[in-house]
Amino acid sequence: MKLSEAAAALPVKVLTGDCVRDPEISTVYTCDLLSRVMSMSEKDCIWITVLTHLNVVAVAQLADIACIVIPEDIPVPESTIEKAKEEQISIFSTSLPTYELCWRLHDLMSGTEA
Amino acid sequence: MAEISSMHIECIIDKDDFNAAGEASSKVKKSLNMLGIPPKTIKRIAVAMYEAEINAFIHGGGGKAVADIYPDRVEVLISDEGKGIADLDLAMQEGYSTAPEEVRMLGFGAGMGLPNIKRNSDELDIDSAPGKGTRVKMKFKLS
Repeated sequence: MKLSEAAAALPVKVLTGDCVRDPEISTVYTCDLLSRVMSMSEKDCIWITVLTHLNVVAVAQLADIACIVIPEDIPVPESTIEKAKEEQISIFSTSLPTYELCWRLHDLMSGTEA
Repeated sequence: MAEISSMHIECIIDKDDFNAAGEASSKVKKSLNMLGIPPKTIKRIAVAMYEAEINAFIHGGGGKAVADIYPDRVEVLISDEGKGIADLDLAMQEGYSTAPEEVRMLGFGAGMGLPNIKRNSDELDIDSAPGKGTRVKMKFKLS
């Protein structure tokens, strides 16, 4: 599934405008410890985190992450959004909590969505 | 005569600008991408270098990142003049951390930095002593 297709099917707001890079999503990873994200996440994955500072974009860039999703309507600083655009990484925002977001993504990516 | 690297990258790790920490690893990653190095090799180098840069910021009060890209390898030196590492064996243990609370709140300081550096580098040499700063030398094979 393409990132833009996931964006269209989920209750998310694309903070970076369009999906700046639109790869096939490899998998979904969720964690707030940056060292762990760098070593465990896969290329072109969707990463769900409650962290919104600028270093999050640096980690995503180093780990070839396609998209950062911020749950629970946590505000994202404009500087983080601008940096993500520069690095061609999408940022989505959603009101969903992480658990529900993972559940929906799983259904969506495995084609079992009701 | 000393061997001349194909590309030399040097960045100051500013003690007052956390957002800029990681600039050198990002530059190296982009350069290696342009050189057509396999993505998995690039990721190993970028992750190890980023961890060392962040360590120099958090524990070293800033410092310097130097990377030399040769046809067959990448050599990186991250140095700081900070408080140094008192017990290197302990610092190398996964989960051991002396990072302050405010840094942990940002998702850093999980005690995985040095183990991540070791895991991702082909050669690692850490020279440090209390009050004498830290020099982290890493080598990565490209072929």
